[in-house]
Amino acid sequence: MTDIYLGADRATDAEAAAVDAAMRDRGVDAVVQPETERLYTSGRSRRLERRHYLLPALHALQNAVGWISPGGINYVAEVLGVPPAEAFGVATFYDLFRTEPPDHDGDTFHVCVDAACQIAGYDDLVASVRASGGHVHLGPCLGQCERAPALFVQGTGGRPDYVPADAEPFELPQAGDPSLRLLRRIGVADPESLESYRAHGGYEALQRAGEMGADAVLEAVAASGLSGRGGAAFPTGVKWRAVAAETGRPKHVVANCDESEPGTFKDRIVMEHDPFAVIESMTIAGLATGAQNGWIYIRGEYPLATARLQGTIDAARDAGLLGPDAAGTGHDFDIAIWRGAGAYICGEETALFNSLEGFRGEPRNKPPFPTTHGLFGEPTAINNPETLLNVLDIILDGPDDYRTRGTERSPGTKLLCLSGKVGRPGLYEVPFGTTLGDLLELAGGVAGTGEFQAVLMGGAAGSFVGPDSLDLPLTLEDTRAAGTTLGSGVVMAFDSSVDMTDVVVRIAEFFRDESCGQCVPCRVGAVRQHETLVQMQKRGSLSPSRRALIDEMAEVMVDASICGLGHTAASAVRSALSLGLIASAPS
Amino acid sequence: MTGAATMTETAVTITVDGQPVEVAEGSTIHAACVQAGIDTPTLCWAENLTPVNVCRVCVVELEGSRALVPSCSRPAEEGMVVQTDTPRVRHSRRMVLEFLGSGVDLSQAEDLHDWMEAYGADPDRYSDEEHPVERVDEPVKVQDELYIRDYSKCVLCYKCVEACGDDAQHTFAIAVAGRGFDARISTEFDVTLPDSACVYCGNCVGVCPTGALQFKTEYDLREVGEWRPEDQTVTRTVCSYCGVGCNLDLHVQDERIVKVTSPSDHSVTSGHLCIKGRFGWQYVHGE
Repeated sequence: MTDIYLGADRATDAEAAAVDAAMRDRGVDAVVQPETERLYTSGRSRRLERRHYLLPALHALQNAVGWISPGGINYVAEVLGVPPAEAFGVATFYDLFRTEPPDHDGDTFHVCVDAACQIAGYDDLVASVRASGGHVHLGPCLGQCERAPALFVQGTGGRPDYVPADAEPFELPQAGDPSLRLLRRIGVADPESLESYRAHGGYEALQRAGEMGADAVLEAVAASGLSGRGGAAFPTGVKWRAVAAETGRPKHVVANCDESEPGTFKDRIVMEHDPFAVIESMTIAGLATGAQNGWIYIRGEYPLATARLQGTIDAARDAGLLGPDAAGTGHDFDIAIWRGAGAYICGEETALFNSLEGFRGEPRNKPPFPTTHGLFGEPTAINNPETLLNVLDIILDGPDDYRTRGTERSPGTKLLCLSGKVGRPGLYEVPFGTTLGDLLELAGGVAGTGEFQAVLMGGAAGSFVGPDSLDLPLTLEDTRAAGTTLGSGVVMAFDSSVDMTDVVVRIAEFFRDESCGQCVPCRVGAVRQHETLVQMQKRGSLSPSRRALIDEMAEVMVDASICGLGHTAASAVRSALSLGLIASAPS
Repeated sequence: MTGAATMTETAVTITVDGQPVEVAEGSTIHAACVQAGIDTPTLCWAENLTPVNVCRVCVVELEGSRALVPSCSRPAEEGMVVQTDTPRVRHSRRMVLEFLGSGVDLSQAEDLHDWMEAYGADPDRYSDEEHPVERVDEPVKVQDELYIRDYSKCVLCYKCVEACGDDAQHTFAIAVAGRGFDARISTEFDVTLPDSACVYCGNCVGVCPTGALQFKTEYDLREVGEWRPEDQTVTRTVCSYCGVGCNLDLHVQDERIVKVTSPSDHSVTSGHLCIKGRFGWQYVHGE
């Protein structure tokens, strides 16, 4: 008698070996559990045993043979004690997994079709990949908007994933600028050398934090006024204190490295070029909150960042900076990396937890919040790399010094992802309060026709602003008052030559594609919104009743969706309509 | 199920549409609405399943909350002030019902028809002849003699998944697969039910609110226009197969059993049965 029914399909040797290797890498024996044991660990309770290895196991299958076969699913189901129907449900959730045999040999060339790559013209890239015999898969933003059009190559037959552009030399647009804080080591310290990181001040903050103790670290972070840089701007000190106050259960620090907001690439550059800073700041978060388990959930399209972070973790562990009594702080802390597999929604924190745990990346209803019910239902502090990086200077120089930059309500500096039609696209760091116009100037001004049409602030989930916003100070409070958002730091510029209807229709399509499908307002609303805009594009105009319908649909998505994806799915569309960037009246 | 507090439980008091309602701690806002006699539409909620709060038709306005909250899963907390009939609430409920009706066939979702009328939902306004909208349109899966699956009627309420899994049967034969509008309830690789883990308890059929899952007997009668609920009688009895004592409701039309359910408030079954109680009635007719 067994509690997991498996069909007749069996894994090939290659599939089984790939899964076994992935499990071995994580210290798990790929031994099938005895049936009696499985009988008593059915359902969601299995998650604490093995279920969270599902995503790595599916990656292994996909990489080995180019798809996830019925035999492969059955093997994973047996090894991890996951019902095959559920494993299939998880596999079909992600863009990077195929559940049908590939109709091509070799690797898959993912080309981005979102705004920055759209206006950079991805057609030529597609043509050149096809001309050399590569199989092209058109998909959402790959987080390389500063070097659009973007390409990511997904390996098969055991070959690794790679990004061709990673082979190019890298330089920050602001290289050498002495005012840089968060970016000061980038291009200066060797990202693959712990010695180099230390030579540039690395691990001084952790040592200081160890001397200060958890309470003083929490006090400093709270006093600094640091808020989350992923878009929601929640006060980091409040979050960390809430986790620190939880006792009696395992606790977690999760680095949300799943940046997938179209136009966002800041965390990628930080992780690729200053990976030790991410690890060090996570360790401080562990010390401050009393969490012993660190997790990096990184988007699957970031192979270089993943490799560098893994190298960093290994080096830190060898040097005693991770593990028992990490860095002599008296606190045990270690970090594991989990790769996402192509799903924008997994950047939403509760969707990320579900994804990491081996469930579909569907957001959870809040409350309860992650600080009490996060990863595995346990207290969790989840922050993105940019937020974490700020902690290093807050510890080293103190909150008062930190507050000398930025504004009273938006202290510190902000990383901004400049892309689209600007002279020098790339990652910039400026104090909060810098105006949009000054930032664009810093990035070489508007390119193309030189005539400024609009800027997309905050990505697909953000909104457009027009030329009258050049004086807008880039702070949380000013952008909010102006009805827009800094979001994840996207500043994407469009000159007068760009057909904004194409851009807005694609944004609507993005939400249609990326809605997880769980709640009705977003699952259906995102489809109807896109259909309405496609109609508009065909007709060249939008009737008053269709214009009203867009607002009605937006209202239910904002009011009744489960998560931020639905809440913001109409935001850019409506701002484009009210700015008159796209057809708004019958012609 | 009401949320009324017993002598031994802690009570909390919330205000619903201006009236104070006292419920046991841990009760939901929905339970408070029921207790106050306020009719609240639900689709993915059922008293014998864990709330998944995905349909969003039960949303209410909660003072201090930016967005509306799902009443079916949000626990009532002392002092909460809830509004269930504001323009925002009515708009969201109407749009959710409209969205559903615009994408799937709700003709047999009888519970929803009154709600759609009450909220003025007009699912047809999204499409015109020139621009048809995307709908879920799939052939009916008739794979055995016990029940059929018609996913063009599925609203993705997750009830069948819950009943097959953690909430009742622990068989896990089905799950949600795919993403967004393409998400479907599916076995692994969409294998047929006889090839899947399905044990034919029919508990998924028992909780389906739209007729997407249906007894084969009902499906066959509907196909020939002979399904007549108004002519059916329901007789409660106890299952004769084993000693557990499950209550069965036999739905009889023209002196033949056409389907079997179990009362969801029954202490033994909570509405759930096994293959024998659910489908094993043919011997009654002596064939």
